[in-house]
Amino acid sequence: MAVLTSLREAVAELVHDGDTVALEGFTHLIPTLAGHEIIRQERRDLTLVRMTPDLVYDQMIGMGVARKLVFSWGGNPGVGSLHRFRDAVENGWPVPLEVDEHSHAGMANRYVAGASHLPFAVLRGYQGSSLADRSATISTVTCPFTGERLAAVAAMNPDVTVIHAQRADRSGNVQLWGILGVQKEAVLAAKRVIVTVEELVDELDSRPGAIVLPSWVVTAVAQVPGGAHPSYAAGYSTRDNAFYSAWDPISRDRDTFTAWMAEHVLDPARVVS
Amino acid sequence: MTAAGQQLGWSPDEMMAVASARALADATTCFVGIGLPSTAANLARRTTNPGLVLIYESGTIGAKPQVLPLSIGDGELADTADAVVPVPEIFNYWLQAGRCDVGFLGAAQVDRFGNINTTLIGRDGQPDLRLPGAGGAPEIAAHAGKVLITVRHSVRVFVERLGFVTSVGFGRGDGDRERLGMRGAGPTQVLTDLGVLEPDPATSELTLTACHPGVTVEQVREATGWPLKFADDVATTPAPTAEELAVLRELQERTREAHRAGS
Repeated sequence: MAVLTSLREAVAELVHDGDTVALEGFTHLIPTLAGHEIIRQERRDLTLVRMTPDLVYDQMIGMGVARKLVFSWGGNPGVGSLHRFRDAVENGWPVPLEVDEHSHAGMANRYVAGASHLPFAVLRGYQGSSLADRSATISTVTCPFTGERLAAVAAMNPDVTVIHAQRADRSGNVQLWGILGVQKEAVLAAKRVIVTVEELVDELDSRPGAIVLPSWVVTAVAQVPGGAHPSYAAGYSTRDNAFYSAWDPISRDRDTFTAWMAEHVLDPARVVS
Repeated sequence: MTAAGQQLGWSPDEMMAVASARALADATTCFVGIGLPSTAANLARRTTNPGLVLIYESGTIGAKPQVLPLSIGDGELADTADAVVPVPEIFNYWLQAGRCDVGFLGAAQVDRFGNINTTLIGRDGQPDLRLPGAGGAPEIAAHAGKVLITVRHSVRVFVERLGFVTSVGFGRGDGDRERLGMRGAGPTQVLTDLGVLEPDPATSELTLTACHPGVTVEQVREATGWPLKFADDVATTPAPTAEELAVLRELQERTREAHRAGS
């Protein structure tokens, strides 16, 4: 059963140096403040996994927590490049970053295999793409029934998956709705699960399109209102598009970035406990 | 803006969006990439094809946004959608299963066989310039009934051969799609700010079939990084109508207002 705890304690206990860590949320419900807590606790050598590494992973990579990135699209949506990600890949700053790169369909199916506790997933994909030549987690398999050659992708089973959701009850059952991304699969694929929520409630009433992740597949729940900013939580906040634009000049320069992180993330006065 | 566009009262980007929206006139469902494709698809819903079903990879099916989304997961898309499904489902059940007529993609580079690079520009796979990567494009390019590509025309974009093939158009030429087991027809049109390229029916090589008003064949060839072949009878794209321009400009203005207001 999930324990209700603080974000600081959840990260301290459940995220270790060298772990494979997935922060999921497809544009919506991105667990940004959990990423900041991982930065503050100075985790190192993480393999970061995420379909769409955007601002939160730009920040984590720029602060040196990651050794490797597993992903399928790494940009600032609607704005342009992730400058810290690019600096790490192109110049090895602050530390070199290994990449394992997929398509969205491939990544999504890696989580599906992980959630199903299967060794791999099958899809029609990567035909003729250079991606297949460069990843050890993309291969092919022959259908035993038709003989068709199909793509196979290795299961993704993170040590820790972190998501942000709208609500949890006091037993730690988690409810989320709106764009659901790949969160259910990422949670069920993981060994340990941290969920930050906008709100703790006595009872989870029904919402259109909502799913519930039962308490017994979640390790820790922490209430972190606004934990997805500059992403959003449908029903609670809207996407801060202006911040995504503002991130471009902040992140372009190493010193500007470092100063911004010191003021907005490392400053103890801003810590969410 | 070209001299012709200035005289005639529209920009090359506007001509590109209008031509792209017209290319969607007969589609039922369109799997939409963000940026230029999304602009064109939303213009199509307001002009050539009001019933067009827009599918974004965030899992929003039948989205009817009032303003252009900045990301593929803007709340506007979910709030206006007929259905919102999880990401594994959108790729497996809807795209891979062949339920999308048209896939509409942007690109960083396009080669003469309509292959797309959105991953990196460099040598031996080492990035001098790191781009965002594949996203949904490799499987959109494979499974959509047909693919439209829209991108601004330049020699940096239209290259003879890609250093990295993210998403396959026609591979190295005719028959490659069948050999690779790809079920969709591949890129049938590349719509740029200068004109329209289409695959040669015999060789699958991209060939200039239309120039936008005021643009010459020579201009397009100079903006292309290989000796671009052109059709015997290169057409001239019909100019944007006053209504098409008014709808596009109103949509873009409303989008600017909304994203400003949200700040």
